[in-house]
Amino acid sequence: MPKDTGIGASSKRREDVRFLTGKGLYTDDVSLHAQAHAVMVRSTVAHGRIVRIDTSAAAAMPGVLAVFTGEDFAAVGGNPAGWLINSRDGTPMREPKRPVLAHGKVRHVGDAYAAVIAETYQQAKDAAEQLAADTEIEELPAIVDMKAAVADAGNRVHDEIPDNLCFDWGWIEDNRAAVDAAMKAAPHVVTLELVNNRLVPNAMEPRASIGEYNPGTGDYKLTTTSQNPHLTRLLVAAFVMGIPENKLTVVAPDVGGGFGSKIYHYGEEALVLAAAKKLGRPVRWTAERTESFLSDAHGRDHVTKIELGCTKEGEILAIRTETLANVGAYLSNFSTATPTFLHGTLMAGPYKVPHVYVNVKAVFTNTAPVDAYRGAGRPEATYSLERVIDKMCRELNLDPFEVRRKNLLTPDQFPYTTPVGLVYDTGNYQATLDKAIELGNVAGFEKRAAESKARGKLRGMGLSTWIEACGIAPSHLVGVLGSRVGLYDAATVRVNATGNISVMTGAHSHGQGHETVFAQIVAERLGIPESSVEIVHGDTSKIPFGMGSYGSRSLAVCGSAMNKAVDKIIAKGKKIAAHMLEAAEEDISFADGKFSVAGTDKAKTFGEIAFSAYVPHNYPLETLEPGLEETAFYDPGNFTYPAGAYICEVEVDPDTGKVDVVAFTAADDFGNVMNPMIVEGQVHGGVGQGIGQALCENTSYDENGQLLTGSFMDYAMPRADDVPFYTVDHSCSTPCTHNPLGVKGCGEAGAIGTPPAVVNAVIDALHRGGMTHVTHIDMPVSPHRVWQAING
Amino acid sequence: MHNFDFTKPSTIAEAVKALSAEGAQALSGGQTLIPTMKQRLAAPVTLVSLTGIAEMQGVCMGEGGLHIGAATPHAVVARDAAAHYPALAALAGGIGDPAVRNRGTIGGSIANNDPAACYPSAVLGSGATVVTNRRKIAADDYFQGMFTTALEEGEIVTSVVFPIPEKAAYVKFNQPASRFALTGVFVAKFKDGVRVAVTGASNDGVFRWAEAEAALSADFSAKAIAGLTVDADGMISDLHGTAAYRANLVKVLTGRAVTAAR
Ligand SMILES: Cc1cc2nc3c(=O)[nH]c(=O)nc-3n(C[C@H](O)[C@H](O)[C@H](O)COP(=O)(O)OP(=O)(O)OC[C@H]3O[C@@H](n4cnc5c(N)ncnc54)[C@H](O)[C@@H]3O)c2cc1C
Repeated sequence: MPKDTGIGASSKRREDVRFLTGKGLYTDDVSLHAQAHAVMVRSTVAHGRIVRIDTSAAAAMPGVLAVFTGEDFAAVGGNPAGWLINSRDGTPMREPKRPVLAHGKVRHVGDAYAAVIAETYQQAKDAAEQLAADTEIEELPAIVDMKAAVADAGNRVHDEIPDNLCFDWGWIEDNRAAVDAAMKAAPHVVTLELVNNRLVPNAMEPRASIGEYNPGTGDYKLTTTSQNPHLTRLLVAAFVMGIPENKLTVVAPDVGGGFGSKIYHYGEEALVLAAAKKLGRPVRWTAERTESFLSDAHGRDHVTKIELGCTKEGEILAIRTETLANVGAYLSNFSTATPTFLHGTLMAGPYKVPHVYVNVKAVFTNTAPVDAYRGAGRPEATYSLERVIDKMCRELNLDPFEVRRKNLLTPDQFPYTTPVGLVYDTGNYQATLDKAIELGNVAGFEKRAAESKARGKLRGMGLSTWIEACGIAPSHLVGVLGSRVGLYDAATVRVNATGNISVMTGAHSHGQGHETVFAQIVAERLGIPESSVEIVHGDTSKIPFGMGSYGSRSLAVCGSAMNKAVDKIIAKGKKIAAHMLEAAEEDISFADGKFSVAGTDKAKTFGEIAFSAYVPHNYPLETLEPGLEETAFYDPGNFTYPAGAYICEVEVDPDTGKVDVVAFTAADDFGNVMNPMIVEGQVHGGVGQGIGQALCENTSYDENGQLLTGSFMDYAMPRADDVPFYTVDHSCSTPCTHNPLGVKGCGEAGAIGTPPAVVNAVIDALHRGGMTHVTHIDMPVSPHRVWQAING
Repeated sequence: MHNFDFTKPSTIAEAVKALSAEGAQALSGGQTLIPTMKQRLAAPVTLVSLTGIAEMQGVCMGEGGLHIGAATPHAVVARDAAAHYPALAALAGGIGDPAVRNRGTIGGSIANNDPAACYPSAVLGSGATVVTNRRKIAADDYFQGMFTTALEEGEIVTSVVFPIPEKAAYVKFNQPASRFALTGVFVAKFKDGVRVAVTGASNDGVFRWAEAEAALSADFSAKAIAGLTVDADGMISDLHGTAAYRANLVKVLTGRAVTAAR
């Protein structure tokens, strides 16, 4: 019998009641007395020198309260990159300052160089239009293509960076010669050049921020669409605005999706705070969809050459990659970590590969900044690896399932130290592969293919066996790797006098379902109903601290902190119970919501203990403080390593090139599963995004740096009829060995494992249809591209 | 969006009068015009809504075929034309999403004449008659290139009259993002011949494919056009497909429409 409550139960998502009935409270829903409206003035050219901004006409327009330009922020600090990456030669990365508003130069279409604050939104829009007309920008040649960017020393995104190169990173540099030698000695070498397409995150809720300032106290408040309010507070306070952290509260209320794009601090947040202070009134800004396209941090955008050395039997001997990673016009907060430590460290995949070397050059271009997006670096690594393995199978005429099986690590090899610096703690990759083969009915494929053929369609099957490192991250390790922050998390468990509980978590839920799952865990551990537990998140004035939600870390890291705090609650409860029951503390045990004395029927309920902690009439006050509230910080001992096997089946229409995903099987190992329904939903969402990247989503800048896909008219998001009914399984579980819940994280899995499975399936279909000349098609594998490949 | 005045007349005559004012513009379903205004690319002084005019609403059989009021939403056509002209009803039911189909209208669609819109292919492919407040215009004379029609200043479409063919079908290949027609082909077989109208493909907007019409008039089967080629010259090339790709789609979809026709 499946459980109907607590850990492992598919408890219904409690947050859905408000989300589905229109009762959520998003930033733009917050309406404040005397609020003013900000509109950003954005560059329409990709690269230009600001010659003159005449603000006088705009400032004199009806309702206009203030006008800001880059000049106003010239003195404040810049928005920093969170990771310092060193180049192969040991020099630190080039780190241009990212201003609140562009100053001197504009560097991408959508780069905000001014802002207008007015009584109404329409007045601010009108004045922004005027200001744009009164601005003279000398257009410079746009730097769009990465290869050209590093080749053309004369044309610079940042005048002080001669070759548009942020860094040239080698991982692991000391292994380079050995990898080169192994590659040279390999009986067969497969080479593949591929593009990991740039993606626009497209959260349903656009970014929005409201700044408040109280002149009476000097307190600032920022209400904003953030995945990590404490990190935003730190960045705004310490780096950009120079406000003491204790004078700034950051609130991230309901947030309608982020996928990474709302991890980062953006200039609009500083702008509304500065404007609120200047005007003594709340100032609000909400992005229009076009602004989201132009100014949210984009994802991916790698151009990679991968080489794989192997035996003729398909044993992988060495892997070497060279990647150009686009960071766009400015460094966003995680942009330097994403193509390096979230990418290079995964290049061994779930395989035993003796030699791996990864080279990444990060390049500035006149495009929107690029940063972590669902999966962040790991999808890029997985895609390169799983595509090149597929190509190896075709070149050597080997079975892709058998080749995977031959190279996968086996359960007896854990813990396993990879040649790219990670220690995989546990896993059973054969089990998920077998599961996927079974659930995907691989045995019945030929029959299905024949049936498709009868309808004029080409059917293909694609496999990917993926792994990721998540539960980000052990602070001591990431500190060595260049992180400028720690990546622990924190939670407070507050037991109220009447025995119900408020939990304050550093993790922020923006669709994931934390409010349900975290409550399930606390309820199970304390033996109380889930409805007695409330999860509070997204407000720096209420929660102790936290690094937020991304990198599939919420449960593994913040959940572990919360679990630790519960341990402390139980330990204190035992002390109180020992006193009340006149027994020794060691004799008290806690189970099913009761503290009992071993070997007797004497017991106190959790509620009685809680009450006694707040009404301490019969209480050991000499040795124990009243109250029942505990905070814990948790710093993980290692990353967690979810892994799985994905099988995708497609049908290709050879006449139009249209690809339909007709079946998709995902067999994952997420360690222990707290709520199977929510895990399944996370996989559905991730696989959907993976199919979107593989088949639909194309971010295209023309040679002038104009975004051609700047609206949903041209940027194709996957829709319900683009995806099949998924078969999802997570029964092959090897619990994480180093966190107390044994969880690994499931949020990004689908987006990581899916794209290569889809593309491998398309190539398989074409080969089965006799089009063996097609060895690769870059994503998105759109009808037009498939048709061209067929006819090319 | 800039400020504007709004009026909702209840007769064609009142609408025509209101439209004669400086800066007045007709508003039907608003599915094209309102987004354009939101982006501040259009700023009419007065919007004259056509949706409160009873004579411009509804679907009924009458002289010359099926009469559809210009302000009839796609959803109503999808429902009410099904018994009379299933291919046309199916086309209407495949436009956009439910919200678009419940606001957007046939009159707005053919007045706008977006090169990727569906309706123009049905109007041209059926040899329909566009009725305005001033005259009747044959489909062959009405469409005059991308976003261009025979409509004159102050002239509004009031209804469209569709002759009913023996068999017809519309096959649309979606542009992956907008789901307008990357290419769409409407094939209609009448007693006296076959009409083939293509939307989405050409730089000149909707057009008839004469060679296919001749071949299909002789033999209404997909194999009748197997030997034809479509010239890629003048076809649209964009992110979603080159001219050659669209030329290929014209042929593939025509064959499929012939097979699907009923
Ligand atoms: C998300 C979305 C998806 C869509 N998908 C499709 C699709 O797949 N296929 C497709 O064909 N279309 C599609 N459309 C377009 C839609 O079907 C409408 O038909 C189209 O927007 C115009 O009709 P309307 O009634 O909304 O016109 P409006 O927006 O009201 O007007 C459009 C123009 O026509 C003028 N006008 C309106 N009525 C008349 C009239 N009677 N006489 C003279 N001039 C007039 C107006 O002044 C304006 O210039 C889509 C639209 C959206 C928003």
